[in-house]
Amino acid sequence: MISRRDFLQASMAASALVGASGFGNWSKLAAQQALTQDQLLEFDTFGNVSLIHITDIHAQLKPIYFREPEINLGVGDNKGAVPHITGAEFRELYGIEDGSPSHYALTYNDFSALARTYGKMGGMDRVATVVNAIRAERPDALLLDGGDTWHGSYTCYHTEGQDVVNVMNALKPDAMTFHWEFTLGQDRVRELVDGLPYAALGQNIFDAMWDEPAAEFKPYQFFERGGVKIAVIGQAFPYMPIANPGWMFPDYSFGIRDERMQEMVDEVRAKGAECVVCLSHNGFDVDKKMASVVTGIDVILTGHTHDALPEPVLVGDTILIASGSNGKFVSRVDLNIQNGRMMGFRHKLIPIFSDVIEPDAEIATLIDEQRAPYKDQLEEVIGQTDGLLYRRGNFNGSWDDLICDALMSEREADIAMSPGVRWGPSILPGQDITREDIWNVTSMTYGRAYRTEMTGEFIHTILEDVGDNLFNPDPYYQQGGDMVRIGGMGYRIDITKPQGSRITDMTLLSTGEAIDPAKSYVVAGWASVNEGTEGPQIWDVVENHIRKQGTVTVTPNTSVKVVGA
Amino acid sequence: MSFSRRDTILMALGAAAATTLPMSARAAIEDAISAFTDGAEVGETGITLTAPEIAENGNTVPVEVSAPGAASIIILAAGNPTPGVATFNFGPLAGAQAASTRMRLAGTQDVVAIAKMEDGSYAQARQEVKVTIGGCGG
Repeated sequence: MISRRDFLQASMAASALVGASGFGNWSKLAAQQALTQDQLLEFDTFGNVSLIHITDIHAQLKPIYFREPEINLGVGDNKGAVPHITGAEFRELYGIEDGSPSHYALTYNDFSALARTYGKMGGMDRVATVVNAIRAERPDALLLDGGDTWHGSYTCYHTEGQDVVNVMNALKPDAMTFHWEFTLGQDRVRELVDGLPYAALGQNIFDAMWDEPAAEFKPYQFFERGGVKIAVIGQAFPYMPIANPGWMFPDYSFGIRDERMQEMVDEVRAKGAECVVCLSHNGFDVDKKMASVVTGIDVILTGHTHDALPEPVLVGDTILIASGSNGKFVSRVDLNIQNGRMMGFRHKLIPIFSDVIEPDAEIATLIDEQRAPYKDQLEEVIGQTDGLLYRRGNFNGSWDDLICDALMSEREADIAMSPGVRWGPSILPGQDITREDIWNVTSMTYGRAYRTEMTGEFIHTILEDVGDNLFNPDPYYQQGGDMVRIGGMGYRIDITKPQGSRITDMTLLSTGEAIDPAKSYVVAGWASVNEGTEGPQIWDVVENHIRKQGTVTVTPNTSVKVVGA
Repeated sequence: MSFSRRDTILMALGAAAATTLPMSARAAIEDAISAFTDGAEVGETGITLTAPEIAENGNTVPVEVSAPGAASIIILAAGNPTPGVATFNFGPLAGAQAASTRMRLAGTQDVVAIAKMEDGSYAQARQEVKVTIGGCGG
């Protein structure tokens, strides 16, 4: 493929160009309060192929606030490597000025103050403007959706994904892969995929009964763009029936299946593919490992772990692109493909500042049409917050603490558990909390809030199990979520230890006593993957709790001690 | 993550089995290996074991083995109370020395496949398969 020397030259050229026309420059200009749409979109069209990547939108059709993580620990070979760098270190690595728009978009510090300066981000009407602008320069650019699209909002839940499908179809993507979509249930997924005017891809989506490729999802799709034969191979989230309720899609099996990925790459190359793109929902570290195992992929468009990186990461001859979540960013990747080889690339992570980028009128109208039947429900104010509500991070965020408090008080429990999902926009101090806001952090098809008894020993087993999904040093054993959020209990975690010995010092906060392995505790939680879970819906539990509080008070959570980071 | 009392007990047992492999199981796997190999030295190349890194369902985990030139292949689940999963014997007319089946795993453990080659040598492949409670995917 590409010799190391060719590639270094290509990457140096590209980084120089990024420095000149892309990332570094707009941050400086914006610091002078001169951020414009033209600057955000500025890009010297390069080579002969353009890719546009969006991923993990989680049904956020309207602009949102989304605070990036403070704690995002890497383990094993990924300790201290991107995307496991946050805050000031991240800004230093990429030369981002403090207080600049990229500081606000990409790091967590001073989030509330900067959010007031720079406003909300995202909105699929703004994304449409960006996509259209890229298509104006390169009419045959490929638009690729990395999945986690048909999940995560009030309207998405009530329309079973139809609202997002309608909006996305209007954006005319070329291909998509999947994760949370399957939690709509396999019948609904098949119904939506059947009517999809673009390719539904997943080389690792298998028929569970026969352990052979599922008929509804093709492994790859060929495109001829700019005279180049491009193969896009899909990679769905590998651990769907483990991280999400498998009983909702019993006909399907997943897995990483990197040996089949290699077979698919070889197959498309043999069929004449000059450029191979993997549209992936593996998560960044899994993709990084896969790129080192599978040869012949030019570009991996990563998803799932919600990382936003201003520059591609190189693994061998493969470039990895990370495009963030919730509609905050769109990545544009221009490639120069000559004689079946990637000779160079140019990349830009385009931040969707909603007050700077003009909404596309047609898509804006379409979004409002989807929301109109639910307007009153969406906009009802349930309460206010005195502090920043956010979720993203390896351990409890303030939204999670609020949800755990709601579970403990509404369900009369000693301990609460809330899933370590990475979606859910933020709410600024002093802002109203609407019903839509609550649904944005709780909406799912298995949201029943259970109440049960668990022994101290079993709670420990759960924490160890989830901890290993996050901190196993081999990325192939990581599921890409964050640590389960705990209310009413503190613990210490040593992330360097193996499963079974990471979690110690479990303490019941109400009494200050150590958790007794033999004693039973009343535990309330939600998002159980078990069929037949009983209880009220989590969004009703949280709404009742916030209504009673009136104004929610955010207090710093110091109950988790992290060691070995 | 809500569990019936029965599920809870079952999983607690599974987890206990996963974290501390009982001595008897360790001995059982060693015995099974030496019974198959007759104590001969076992190489690492020439056999491919394909199994999921994390099982979607510990009760039915797909596993595939392939060892061109093998006379027989044995699959063992190192952490099961009874490690033996399957033995495949290939006759001279076999088109390929490969087989697949599904197995039940009591908890997170190593799955071992050993091939006895036609020349009398042995080759082994080993992979950890995690059996997890699940939930909480981002």
